[in-house]
Amino acid sequence: MRELRFEQVSVRFGSRRRGTVAVDGVDLVVPAGTVVGLVGESGSGKSTLARAAVGLAPLTGGRILLDGRPVREMSRAAGRPPLQMVFQDPYSALDPRMSIGDSIAEAIPRQPASTAAQRRAEVGRLLELVGLPADRAGVRPDELSGGQRQRVALARALAGRPEVIVADEITSALDVSIQGAVLNVVRELQRRMRLTMLFISHNLAVVRYVSDVVAVMYLGRIVEYGPAADVLGDPQHPYTRELLAAVPRAGAPLPQPPGESADADPPDPHQPPSGCRFHPRCPVGPQVVPGRDRCRDSEPSGAGHRNLAACHFAAAAGQARP
Amino acid sequence: MAPATRSRWIGALRSPLGVTAATLLLVVLLLAVVAPLVWQSRADAVSPADILQGSSARHPVGTDLLGRDILARVLVATRLSVALALAATAIGVLAGLLLGTAPMLLGRRAGRWIAALINVAVAFPNLLLALFFAVIFGVGAKGAVLAIGFATAPGFARLTQTMVATVAGRDFIAAARIAGIGRIRILVRHVLPNIAEPLVVTATMAAGGSLLSFAGLSFLGLGVQAPSYDWGRLLGEGLAQIYIHPAGALAAGVAVVVAAMAFNLTGEAVARAIGLRSPQAGARPADDAPPVARAGGTYQAGSSLLSVRNLSVTFPAGADEVTPVREVSLELRRGEAVGIVGESGSGKSLAALAIAQLVPAPGRVHAERLEFLGADLRAGSGKAHRRLLGTSLAMVFQDPMTSLNPTQRVGRQLAEVVRQHEGADRTRAWARAVDRLRAVRIPAAERRARQLPHEFSGGMRQRAMIGMGVMASPALIIADEPTTALDVTVQRQVLRLLENIRTAEDVALLFISHDVTVVAQVCERVLVMYAGRIVEDLPAGELMHDARHPYTGALVAAVPGMDTDRELPLAAVPGRPPEPGRLPAGCAFAPRCPLATARCREQDPPLATYGGDRRVACWHADLAPTVAPQQTSAAGQPAAAGTEGSTA
Repeated sequence: MRELRFEQVSVRFGSRRRGTVAVDGVDLVVPAGTVVGLVGESGSGKSTLARAAVGLAPLTGGRILLDGRPVREMSRAAGRPPLQMVFQDPYSALDPRMSIGDSIAEAIPRQPASTAAQRRAEVGRLLELVGLPADRAGVRPDELSGGQRQRVALARALAGRPEVIVADEITSALDVSIQGAVLNVVRELQRRMRLTMLFISHNLAVVRYVSDVVAVMYLGRIVEYGPAADVLGDPQHPYTRELLAAVPRAGAPLPQPPGESADADPPDPHQPPSGCRFHPRCPVGPQVVPGRDRCRDSEPSGAGHRNLAACHFAAAAGQARP
Repeated sequence: MAPATRSRWIGALRSPLGVTAATLLLVVLLLAVVAPLVWQSRADAVSPADILQGSSARHPVGTDLLGRDILARVLVATRLSVALALAATAIGVLAGLLLGTAPMLLGRRAGRWIAALINVAVAFPNLLLALFFAVIFGVGAKGAVLAIGFATAPGFARLTQTMVATVAGRDFIAAARIAGIGRIRILVRHVLPNIAEPLVVTATMAAGGSLLSFAGLSFLGLGVQAPSYDWGRLLGEGLAQIYIHPAGALAAGVAVVVAAMAFNLTGEAVARAIGLRSPQAGARPADDAPPVARAGGTYQAGSSLLSVRNLSVTFPAGADEVTPVREVSLELRRGEAVGIVGESGSGKSLAALAIAQLVPAPGRVHAERLEFLGADLRAGSGKAHRRLLGTSLAMVFQDPMTSLNPTQRVGRQLAEVVRQHEGADRTRAWARAVDRLRAVRIPAAERRARQLPHEFSGGMRQRAMIGMGVMASPALIIADEPTTALDVTVQRQVLRLLENIRTAEDVALLFISHDVTVVAQVCERVLVMYAGRIVEDLPAGELMHDARHPYTGALVAAVPGMDTDRELPLAAVPGRPPEPGRLPAGCAFAPRCPLATARCREQDPPLATYGGDRRVACWHADLAPTVAPQQTSAAGQPAAAGTEGSTA
C-alpha cells in the first residue's frame, strides 16, 4: 500500500464558460496505510474527487500521484488502475446476472496468469476476508442483503490488489443494523492489511469511527485537514464547527444557530462566491462581524494554520490551544 | 435457474395466453420442417384436368391455374415463408445490435454521430424503407430479405441504444471499468445479458412483423419469384380467382395470420414470464372479517387528538395475503411529538399512510379504533374525511422533489390547499402562501413563491413542503423521514422549523425515521417498530440508555455516535428482519435475539404496559439491560457474519 496524493486537482463539467467546477484545485494526501475520511455536504465535490481518482471523471487540471508516479501512467503500464472503488448503492454495484464469485474473479488481475482452481481459491479467500462463507461464491446478488452485497463489493475491490481503495458513501444506503457490520469489516481489514483508503461520507460519526485523518470539503475545496482527533476535537474552520454542531445528539435540545447566517442555503456551485467561498454563511465572517471584508475579497489558504484550515482567522499552527 | 424464475416460466406457460402461443408456434415450426417432406410432390403435381376447381374431397380448398392442390402449396410454403421472415429478422436484429451498441463502443464523439444516424433512420416509416431497399437490392427473395432486414434495423438500434445507455450508467459497469476490463468484454459480459430479455421479446414480435411485410412484398411481386412460392405469392395468385373460389385466396391469408400471431403471442407470453408486462391483477373479493383482536391497547378513547387501536394493513399476495402492519396502537395528544423508529420494511411508513387514509389500492386497512379529532375515520363519507384530513393533517415526505409538482409555481401549489378546502379566493390564498413561506423561513418569499420547484434547493423544497402543510392550521403533522435526503446542516434547520411550529401552534408531530439519534432529539415519546409491530413504546429520554426490548437496544448500539469508542467493534444485529409473509411462529425478533428462549419461539409476546408509562413486547423485558448488545465479529469469522441472512 502506498501514498495517494492529489496535486491541484480540478474537475469541470460542461463547457469552459458555462460549466461547473466540481473540484477546484484540491491538494490532498492519503498517507500509506491510513484511512482518510472526507466529509462535506452534497454538492461539495467529494464524490467527483473519488471518481476522478479511479479515472471515471476526467481531470481538467492537476495530477493524481501514487508514490510520486501519476496514476494514469501506472494504470496504462499495468493494464489496470492501481486504485479500486466501492460504491454507494449495493443494489446497482453488482451485475445481477453474474454469481458473486464470477464478479470477484473478474477483478482478479490476469497477470500473472492463474488457473481456474487458483482463482476459485482466491475468491474463497476474499469472501472469508469480508466475513462471508467461501461456499456462497455461486449465489447471485439478489439472494443477498444490502450489507452482504456491500461486503462482496469490498471483496471485489480487494481482488484487484489495489494500492488504494476509495469508498464512496458505502454505508449510507444501508440500514443501521447492517451499517455497523460493514463498518466493522472496514475497520478490521484496515487493521490487518494496513489498507490505504479514502473514505467518503456525509456522516461525521461514521467518518470519525473509521478514519485516522479527516479532510473537510466545501464547494470543491478542502477547507480543513488533519488527524481525526484534532479536526473533530478542535476544529479550526468555521464550516467544520458548523458541521459538528449540526450532528444530532440524543437528549440534547436542538442547537440554536449562532446567527441568521447559518441558516442560509448552500450557495450555487455554478456561481461560487468570491473570496472565501464560505463567507455568505460564515458565523464569524463579514455578514456577522463588521470589518471582515477580507473574506469577500481574498481567498484564504490553509498554509500556516492549524489543521491547514483555509480561513483567514484560523489559529496559527503550533499555537497553544485556547 | 432459480426456483422462483422457473415457477414464473411454468406459470406463464400454463396461462391461456402461454398455451395458445406455445401451441401455435409449435404447429408453425413443425409444418415448416415437415410439410415439404410430406406434401412437396402433391403441391408440384400439375394436373391439367383439374384446373381452377373449387373445394372438393380431393382438393379441400381447390386448385390453381395449373391444377395444383392449393392446400398442399400453402402448407409447403410454410418453410420458405417462415425461413425468409426469420432471416430478415436476424439481419435486422444483428444490424440493430451493431448500430445500437456502437455509441458505447466507439466513445463519445463517434457515438453521437451514430446516435444521430439512428434518429434519422427511425423517422422513416418501416414499409417505405423496405420498398426503398427492395428497389435497391433488386427484385427477388434475396433482395426482399435484405430490404426487410434493414428496414427493421433502425427501430431495433434505437431500443438497444436506450437500454445499453441505461445499463451502462450503473455502478457495476463502472466497477468493471475500474478493474481494467475492455469495452467489448464489458459489452458481452455485463451489458448484453442485462438487456437480453427485452431484446428477445422484441425480436420475436419483429419476426411476426417481417412475416407480414414479406407477404406484402411478395404480393406486390417484389418478393419471391416463380417458380418458388411463399404465402404472399400464393395470396397474389389466389386473388385473381377470389370471386370464383374465395377459399383458394383465403387459405394463404389464414396461414399468414396464424403464423404472425404465433410469433406475436409468443413474444407477449415471454414478456409476461420475464416480468416486462404485469399480468392483469386479479381483483380479490374483500372479506371484511375483522382481524383477531388482541390485548394491547390500554388507552381511554376521547381524550386524545389521534387514537389508533389494533391497526393493521393487509395486501393480497398471490392467493394469500401479507400483513406488513399489525396490531399498531397509539395515542397522540395535542402538541405532542412522537417518533416511530425502525428499519426499512418495519412498516413504519405504511402505518403512517394508513392513519392518513393513503394506503394504495390493493391494500386494506383494519382497525378497532381510528379516531382523529374525534371523528371516526373508519366510517362516514369520504368527502368529509378528505376535508378533515386536508385541513387538519399535514404530511411531509422524504423526497421533496417528488412531492411538489415540477411544472407549477411553488406559491400556487401552496395556495391550492386553502382554495380547495376553505374556498378562499385567489388573492387571499396567494397572500397566505407567501406568508407561510415566510413562516418556514424562505428568504425573499414574495419572489420565491413565483418560482418553480427545481429553482429551490433541497432544504428549501422541504421547508416549502412543511409550509404547504401549515397552510391550513393542522393539528397533526406526519413527517416521514423528512430529513433523510438532507445534509446535516440543512437537517438541523428543518428539525428546528418543525419544533418551532409545534410549540407555537400546539401541533402534534408524528416523526418517522430510521435514525434513533434524531428521533431521540426531536421527540418526547418513541415507538419502536419491528416486522410490522410496535415492540416498544418509551419516553425519548430513556431510548439511548434504558431500552427494555433487545431490538431497541441493538438498534441504539449499532449506530456510531460522536463519542463511540473507536477501539471496539460496533454492535451488529445478526440476521435480517423476516419477510412480512414469512413471520416466525413466536416473537418475530426471536431468531436474532440473544435472549430468546423456547417460549419466545412459540408465543408472540403482547405489547404490555411496563413500569407505568411505557409498553414493551418482550418476555424478557426485565433482563434486557443486563445483557450487553451482542458483538458480532466482522472479518475472519465467517460463521458468525454469515448468519446475516441465509439463502432464501
